[in-house]
Amino acid sequence: MFLLALLPRLTSPMLALAFACAALPAFGADRPAVLPDTMAQRVIACTSCHAKNQGADAFFPRISGKPAGYLYNQLINFRDGRRQSPLMTYMVEHLPDAYLREIAEHFSNQHLEPPPVQPTSVSQAVLERGKLLVTRGDKAIGVPACVACHGERLTGVAPAIPGLAGLPRDYVNAQFGAWKNNTRRARAPDCMADIASRLSLDDVAAISHWIGARALPADPAPAAAAAITRPLPLACGSAPEPSR
Amino acid sequence: MKKKFFICFAALAATVLVVVVSAWPREQFVASASKAATAPTPDNIARGAYLALAGNCMGCHTARGGPAYAGGRAMATPFGALYVPNITPDRATGIGAWSADDFWRALHNGKSRDGRLLYPAFPYTNYTTVTRADADALYAFLHNLPAVRQANTPHALRFPYNQQAALAGWRLLYFKPGVFAPNRAESLVWNRGAYLVEGLGHCSACHSSRNAAGAVAAGLGGGLIPTSGWYAPSLESDAEAGLGSWAVPHIVQLLKTGVSPRSTVSGPMAEVVARSLQHMSETDLAAMASYLKSLPPTSAETDEKAKATGPHIDQVLAHGKQLYAAHCLDCHGADGRGLAPAYPALAGNRAVTMKQSVNAVRIVLNGGFAPGTAGNPRPYGMPPYSHLMNDAEVAAVVTYVRASWGNGAPPVNASEVNRYRSTPLD
Repeated sequence: MFLLALLPRLTSPMLALAFACAALPAFGADRPAVLPDTMAQRVIACTSCHAKNQGADAFFPRISGKPAGYLYNQLINFRDGRRQSPLMTYMVEHLPDAYLREIAEHFSNQHLEPPPVQPTSVSQAVLERGKLLVTRGDKAIGVPACVACHGERLTGVAPAIPGLAGLPRDYVNAQFGAWKNNTRRARAPDCMADIASRLSLDDVAAISHWIGARALPADPAPAAAAAITRPLPLACGSAPEPSR
Repeated sequence: MKKKFFICFAALAATVLVVVVSAWPREQFVASASKAATAPTPDNIARGAYLALAGNCMGCHTARGGPAYAGGRAMATPFGALYVPNITPDRATGIGAWSADDFWRALHNGKSRDGRLLYPAFPYTNYTTVTRADADALYAFLHNLPAVRQANTPHALRFPYNQQAALAGWRLLYFKPGVFAPNRAESLVWNRGAYLVEGLGHCSACHSSRNAAGAVAAGLGGGLIPTSGWYAPSLESDAEAGLGSWAVPHIVQLLKTGVSPRSTVSGPMAEVVARSLQHMSETDLAAMASYLKSLPPTSAETDEKAKATGPHIDQVLAHGKQLYAAHCLDCHGADGRGLAPAYPALAGNRAVTMKQSVNAVRIVLNGGFAPGTAGNPRPYGMPPYSHLMNDAEVAAVVTYVRASWGNGAPPVNASEVNRYRSTPLD
């Protein structure tokens, strides 16, 4: 329509150029002839935000390679209102459990390029405090070491404890804020909400800076379930003790 | 002067009193067929469970992540928030102490057990046509649910909407109890469809406009859903979602699975399919289809904006075409014919071309999945673009889609997009 309107104003070389451009596949491929029956095709609604190799994006956290049980729990938490993200809730609201599990499995088997290490300008003392909390915990405030549950390499533990390595600083800060404000919850007992309530904002910043400044290990796969000592230092509804 | 004022006031008060009194006993009673009709027999319970799905009772009477039927969901209305009550058989906080007659009165007359008038957000203006036999089966089902002790939250309506007298006046104007009257000139199938669509299905709660008092217009002529911001298209107009030209099996497929060769459900209709319609029998869905197909068609309004042309529009269309090629073409194709049912055709798609552009704008902003149903358990999804495109870009791409491949709908502007960007999704 608009082309026709412009026609009288175009000189013939311009016209030729316009037609040449129109003949080229200028914008990429058209839709496939047959719909690919693949998970990758089914979940492009997810990958348009979550699977970009754009480094550390605080809004759309890295979900590839996370334990499937963790991803599934989050999808259910969004659906049931324990986590607040209107768009995520809208996306998963009417999807059956079996499909959500399949989506979680799909992303747990995906591997993106490791995100870049985030440079930090905080003092060495802050980083030391972060390292202490992550690797040893602080008995005085009742906070166990992050590594006690999230694995020695912070890549998470199968089947449902997420990795922390590679998470952007802002994302980690935002999650602690959400736990403190009760806008991120998990199945009770909500261990991370308990831990967040015991950490000062300075401690949260120390943890997020230390984690953000560390590279993702060469093998980012979650550790096997047996890699951590059970029972966990705090009871977690999302990662319950195996039944005997 | 003082006396005159007093007489005026007294006359006014008397009129109000007469109106309220005449509105108050607005009810009708139909007795249960027998004690057996409400007994907790497997047959009654199963029938009641089916009817509860047909009415999507759980949809409103369950808070997100909360126990089923225990209420607590806040329902935003233009008059304030209503909190949906607990209808599990808990005696203290639910409807455990209710008799079958009490339940019938709520459904048919819109009155609570204690005589309070109920707010029509509980669509008793539709449910009043439900037969006593069906109400009894629903009662048997609800009374057999696990009792959940969860106290109701008081409504948070503004004055004067929080006054029973105001509600009585509203009922005088807009509500009359009455059982479904079959149309003898039509088939049994048609009548079954009409009964479901007009009664338990309460389709008109969305697919009809509401006046300033929140009352639903007659028919299924479409309407903007208050507070949710979606437009429920007309089921009468061929320019919107009128079904006159559809084959019954396609309508049944859409209602049962959420997708069909001609259309895919989205927004609030995805919820209706996922929670209610997919559980209904094909016979009932075909009956509803037959009734919906028979609705008298209304003619589309012509829109002066539709004729908008000129260099500015050409620029917007060119911009929209570029954006379409970058973001949409991979699935919907350069010819806009899509790959149904996963990727609906945009050429000739009435959700795209209807006068109200809000749904098309919101689908571009938010993307989304078709509902996961037994007939389509692993739906394909569309990415959200709210974080990738600004208001002008969304307006350009929607304008392009509305004007291409034979579509002749008017342009959309950035301020319309901006309005829907901040509309809550939940």
